[in-house]
Amino acid sequence: MLKYIVKRLLLAIVTIWAVATITFFLMNLVPGGPFLSEKAISPQATAALEAKYGLDKPLLQRYMTYMSDALQGDFGDSLKQRGRTVMDIIAMKFPVSARLGGISVLVALIMGIPMGCIAALKRGKFLDSFISVVATCGIAVPSFVVCTLLMYFFGVKLRWFPTVGLTSWKHYIMPVMALSFYPTAYIMRLMRSSMLDVLGQDYMRTAKAKGLSGFVSLFKHALRNAILPVITYVGPMLAYTVTGSFVVEKIFTIPGLGGEFIKAINGRDYTLIMGTTIFLATLIIVMNVLVDIVYKLVDPRIKLK
Amino acid sequence: MAEYLVEIKNERLSFFTPAGEVKALNDVSIHLKEGEVLGIVGESGSGKSVTAYSLMGLTAYPGKLIGGTLEFNGHHIEKMSEKEMRAIRGNEISIIFQDPMTSLNPVYTIGNQIEEVILLHTDKNKKQARARARELLELVGINEPDKRLKQYPHELSGGMRQRVMIAIALACEPKLLIADEPTTALDVTIQAQILELMMELKDKLGMAIIMITHDLGVVASMCEKIAVMYAGKIVEYGTTDDIFYRPRHQYTKGLIRSIPRLDTTEHEKLVPIEGTPVDMLNPPAGCPFAPRCEECMKICLSQMPPVTEFEGCHYTQCWLIQKEEYEAEGQKG
Repeated sequence: MLKYIVKRLLLAIVTIWAVATITFFLMNLVPGGPFLSEKAISPQATAALEAKYGLDKPLLQRYMTYMSDALQGDFGDSLKQRGRTVMDIIAMKFPVSARLGGISVLVALIMGIPMGCIAALKRGKFLDSFISVVATCGIAVPSFVVCTLLMYFFGVKLRWFPTVGLTSWKHYIMPVMALSFYPTAYIMRLMRSSMLDVLGQDYMRTAKAKGLSGFVSLFKHALRNAILPVITYVGPMLAYTVTGSFVVEKIFTIPGLGGEFIKAINGRDYTLIMGTTIFLATLIIVMNVLVDIVYKLVDPRIKLK
Repeated sequence: MAEYLVEIKNERLSFFTPAGEVKALNDVSIHLKEGEVLGIVGESGSGKSVTAYSLMGLTAYPGKLIGGTLEFNGHHIEKMSEKEMRAIRGNEISIIFQDPMTSLNPVYTIGNQIEEVILLHTDKNKKQARARARELLELVGINEPDKRLKQYPHELSGGMRQRVMIAIALACEPKLLIADEPTTALDVTIQAQILELMMELKDKLGMAIIMITHDLGVVASMCEKIAVMYAGKIVEYGTTDDIFYRPRHQYTKGLIRSIPRLDTTEHEKLVPIEGTPVDMLNPPAGCPFAPRCEECMKICLSQMPPVTEFEGCHYTQCWLIQKEEYEAEGQKG
């Protein structure tokens, strides 16, 4: 186990290096730069800014400088948000997105797993069809539509929940609903199909033949086997959700990290692009390792090598 | 105390599928004394497993019992609620399934899966259940039981897993053990070991066994009585000697002709039963075997033959026998 984790960590370093390198060169291939704006700036001023941030140097040299700084934990200053380092921005915005995203994932699990199970148990009945329709909507309807509808009905018409910001628990309800809709639907579908598969397995018949009640068969024998695909999905999904959604954050005016990804790209804020990308990549890798470990705990057949 | 441990009378069971009613069991009667071994043979879909499963209330949806009585050890199975059935399953009646590779839950240890049934049906505590599980593993001939208890199914071979299934089945000392093709998925040497083990345990524990199989060799060596099933009916029933030496039904005769024998010469061909099994959605009006029967008569196609009884418990359902008896009576009179 320990050997496996060490191995995965070494691999993670290689992966993150590859992600950083590819991102670095790709973003520099994109035309434009951080200091272009509608207002004409004098060429001297632009040159001075570029010199300050080292953008006048050859690409390869900039790459080497960035990498060596990053290795020492220095991800640089934001090119657009003056006076803030990339680390400052992530440290400030990530907790907001993480709390919102974490709650959403929890909601998705709490809703998705039981509903998927119910759909499987009531296969072909009304409840199954109903859950399937909800799941299909959840997957098909884009989040900006969900957000707008929520805002219109619960925010404007019924005036139940506030529509802007994140200052009380009430503020969380609509963004959480919007963020958890898709993962809930996805988990429901995963859970339904894997549960159906498990319910048809021979060991479920054995459980029944032992005289176990339907309840015990389901919770002890079926759930642990059926939940495996959900675990695989939840890892990366958690990484994406806790780093924030641009759309949801924009609509509900939430000061989260999701917006920063897009802002950084649009503004060619090179250091912030690198910072957020490396951060997301690291999170995904960590989640995948966690998924593997949880998987091993749930299913003894898995060998971690 | 009733005469029989198991007494199934005129059981009718159908599967109501979207394509129509499939009469899986049509007037099946079986009885079995304590400690007896009954073999049920027949081809796939003949109703062997359904008969046994219905005794445990394990018939899968959309199967439904529509007639007959099932008595087991004084219980009327057909009238029992699901909750009452649960108290019997794994306790008084146990079952061993065909495929040991898939019949154990892959995510729990062997020990957990054996103890589960002990904890459920007895008032033993965890520690006692573990001790009993260990004892059971020894009983079914598994070496290093302490180590095995902590292992998962995938760490054991097929033969060992089937031994574990037997251990689970025997955990509460059932009065009846149903073995649903217990050796089909195992290789031949392991098959012999498992059968031997079952017979040994039967003698030790004194339970009755219903052995479901399509291997006539297995029933010949193990069973006292044999029921030959075809298309949801018992076409012939009798002691092992009756079935092997005095078969009366054409289907039984055909089955016996199709067994390879040690004394055949090299170039002798096995005689298969021609034709295909019955379409259970549209069974023929008369004897279900008639379309494949070499001696088929006109009446066979339109009417089901009545039961003809011989000495002992031997009986069959065939018009040919009726005809023979009629002719014999004609000669006498």
